[in-house]
Amino acid sequence: MIIKCPYCGPRDVIEFTYQGDATRQRPDPASTDQAAWNAYVYDRANPMGGHREFWLHSGGCRQHLVVTRDMATHVISSVGFARDAVASGKGGDRP
Amino acid sequence: MAEPQSPLGHTFVPGDHGNSAGGIGLVLTERRDVSIVQVTAWRGTIPAVLTAIGDVTGLNLADKPGAGRSAGEKSAFGFAPGRYFVVAPSADLEDRLRRAIPLETGTIIDLTHGRTAIRVKGPWSEWVLSKLFAIDFSEHGFPVGFGRATLHHDIHANIQRTDAETFDLYVFRTFARSFWQTLGHAAAEVGYRVE
Ligand SMILES: [Zn+2]
Repeated sequence: MIIKCPYCGPRDVIEFTYQGDATRQRPDPASTDQAAWNAYVYDRANPMGGHREFWLHSGGCRQHLVVTRDMATHVISSVGFARDAVASGKGGDRP
Repeated sequence: MAEPQSPLGHTFVPGDHGNSAGGIGLVLTERRDVSIVQVTAWRGTIPAVLTAIGDVTGLNLADKPGAGRSAGEKSAFGFAPGRYFVVAPSADLEDRLRRAIPLETGTIIDLTHGRTAIRVKGPWSEWVLSKLFAIDFSEHGFPVGFGRATLHHDIHANIQRTDAETFDLYVFRTFARSFWQTLGHAAAEVGYRVE
């Protein structure tokens, strides 16, 4: 699998570290809703098809990325810096 | 500060090696007299940092991924958003950058003691480096002056192309001896000279 880093260009997946689901939303830190925290920490949808996820380009520019990847085919439809996605409110929480 | 003690030790053997009877495909050198400094811009201060690097080194960098320049033993290149390697054969490079780049503009860290600078020069440089790093070394994919951050067997390295057949590699000092030996093995088939 090759991920096209917005800074470094196309690189082999060996340079990247997976950092999880980018769609989940952290509960309010003041919340004591145990079910909400449990869902945030453990529940994953594992959909077949497109999925937004965090990757760290640990072997390159060391930037956190948001990658949209098809979970069945590994086809990647978009890659962006996580800070831009988070700033725009579309990136889920920070990794 | 330049680092006077080479980590390559007894593995640095000047002379011809490998299949040198068929010609010298590469010349390998360790650049021991350079200072290596990382400069990091804050968000929004990239233009100011690039101006400061230009003022200190005379190397004017474009604000685009991996862009860099080199002139003689001086070089500078980007390897991540707002992060730059600056290299020069002067012991006061860090001080000069620090004076030009106050904390509001960016941060400075001297990597001279943490990195070893290796120059790979010759008509077979793209071929040999392609054995070690999974990036495109063709001049189309890796233009002169540009820099890259990538991995060699899970170990980080920074690479700058300084002309059509020359690459400067910056590897972690504690892995430099191992890397140097691996580089020699990779270069053996084309014949190489250590200077
Ligand atoms: Zn990258």
